[in-house]
Amino acid sequence: MLLTTYTKTQLKEGLALGMPIALGYISVSFAFGMMAAGGNLPIWSAVLISMTNLTSAGQLAGTQLLIAGAPYIEIAMTTFVINIRYFLMSLSLSQKLRADTGILKRMGMAIGITDEIFAVASGRKEVTPAFMAGLIALPYLGWALGTLVGATASYLLPQALRDALGIAIYGMFLAIIVPPCRKSWSCLAVVLTAVVCSCLFHYMPLLCQVPAGWRIIICAVAAAGMGAIVFPIHPPDEKTEGEAAP
Amino acid sequence: MNYPRILIATFIMALVTYLIRAIPLLLFRKKIKNIYVQSFLYYVPYAVLGAMTFPDILQSTGTLAAGVAGFLVALVLAWKNKGLLTVALSATAVAFVTERLLYYLG
Repeated sequence: MLLTTYTKTQLKEGLALGMPIALGYISVSFAFGMMAAGGNLPIWSAVLISMTNLTSAGQLAGTQLLIAGAPYIEIAMTTFVINIRYFLMSLSLSQKLRADTGILKRMGMAIGITDEIFAVASGRKEVTPAFMAGLIALPYLGWALGTLVGATASYLLPQALRDALGIAIYGMFLAIIVPPCRKSWSCLAVVLTAVVCSCLFHYMPLLCQVPAGWRIIICAVAAAGMGAIVFPIHPPDEKTEGEAAP
Repeated sequence: MNYPRILIATFIMALVTYLIRAIPLLLFRKKIKNIYVQSFLYYVPYAVLGAMTFPDILQSTGTLAAGVAGFLVALVLAWKNKGLLTVALSATAVAFVTERLLYYLG
């Protein structure tokens, strides 16, 4: 099948932006692989979980419950709560797709909506299926590969290095949200609101018992809602709207 | 390990996750015109990532001190517009060195 030049360009752009995400994923999924192997799950099942789920916190919690022998309904509920934020992300991305994008293409790209991929995609004015395919491909492979290597070679890295790698994913998040906050007060206000809310749920009695999945949803809705009401964006021109998004 | 249980649990997790991701993409075909909803969706990524990052980043490594050190370095580098990988690896390196220093000093 021949691809148009535009499709090829989109694909290449996606692949280039996916590379750093893939590298980040290898280290995180490596840790997941080690955790799964430590819980006596066979290597193939750890890789299968990674290839069908492609989530960090969600599949980690689900797998821990699987290992602990929890009932299926609890596995389903926990996965749902931790991953419900993807609903907001997909909703946000659906606004950047052309209305005539086909069902199969929409179903295909749904596989790869993760925090990092969403963060990169939401920085684009418009999102095409080819761009998403390119953007998702390498992180998907990296996620599977890291899981495989981590589960296989559980003892490759010293514990101290494994601990330190836990911060990598948050470093990526900061690199995504901080630069726009320098340019826009409304962005900074939204981020700080989310952070304060998140801290309340971490450190206040009672609130700290709310599961992490719900905490993220509640804080994100509160902070983005505050932003929408206090600093509604008036796009004078459709084309410039969303330029500064992460 | 009980293979059917592994497969069933994996399937449940995958299905729940996929439906969450696919439903909005399949359902919302028209552009939303309402300015408040538009603004809300525009702010969602900042809000989600902000809530996920802090204070979790402080406890993301073996010790609190390493987490704080890594966080501060990541914050400064991100402020200077450094790339994703630079920020992530620098935070990891600083967290690692801090943790080692504490280990040998303490």
